[in-house]
Amino acid sequence: MLDKSRIGHEFASFTTDIEKGRLKFFAKAIGETNPIYTDEAAAKAAGYRTLPAPPTFTMVVDMEAPEFLPLLDLLNMDIARILHGDQNFEYFQPICAGDRITVSGRIADMFEKKGGALEFVVMEYTYTNQDDELVVRATSTLVHRNG
Amino acid sequence: MSEIQPGTEIPALQLPPISRYTLALYAGASGDHNPIHIDSDFAKEAGMPDVFAHGMLSMAYLGRMLTNWQPQASLRKFGCRFASITQLHDVISCSGKVVEITESGEEVLARCEIQAARANGEKTLIGEALVVVGASS
Repeated sequence: MLDKSRIGHEFASFTTDIEKGRLKFFAKAIGETNPIYTDEAAAKAAGYRTLPAPPTFTMVVDMEAPEFLPLLDLLNMDIARILHGDQNFEYFQPICAGDRITVSGRIADMFEKKGGALEFVVMEYTYTNQDDELVVRATSTLVHRNG
Repeated sequence: MSEIQPGTEIPALQLPPISRYTLALYAGASGDHNPIHIDSDFAKEAGMPDVFAHGMLSMAYLGRMLTNWQPQASLRKFGCRFASITQLHDVISCSGKVVEITESGEEVLARCEIQAARANGEKTLIGEALVVVGASS
């Protein structure tokens, strides 16, 4: 059983740079063909400051934490037993190359289904930029298979 | 007035089959290095038939479909539930349609139901997006 007393736990926030090369690599990995994601001139012509991060890149920013998925250690979860349950983003401002994004995450909820065979951990994240503007808010549910 | 109405279909996005190469590339680019997606030995030991796709890879495909349709700056909300695992060699297609037109402040918004499915029609991701499609008059 995961330790439900951890509901409300706030992870140390961290700051990471959005790198142009990383955005291009991500665009390649998802098969993106729209030039605004790889060509600065096209991005500017479309009204962006420079290359924008695609909508799901926000979660890539989480992976830049000093520790990979710090949740796993905190709750003693086995990486071989986790699945992604759901993911939700709310967008306020675009994230673009050159931005410095600060990520804050907390455990919003934990619950179980199927008599404890599946346990769910709901995370909430906020992302703010170098001007202290909230750019994205996200929730993410991880599922831990116990069976 | 926008011609986007309830029932308007978002142009679908058809993907090539998921290969080990796809997963290796996505693992590197996304920073999600969970070995269950790239190391067959690890996946089998965990009781899976083989490596399987990151849920976020298919969500990125849904994102491509949305930003092909409307500019990314118009996207207000985007979410999904991962309904079933996307296996190696699955051929994923993304589709969606507008289900409601609403207004919020000065914005006209399209609420869209979106999904990713494998070739046999089984849904892998089921989600929603809220997209600005015009200004209130």
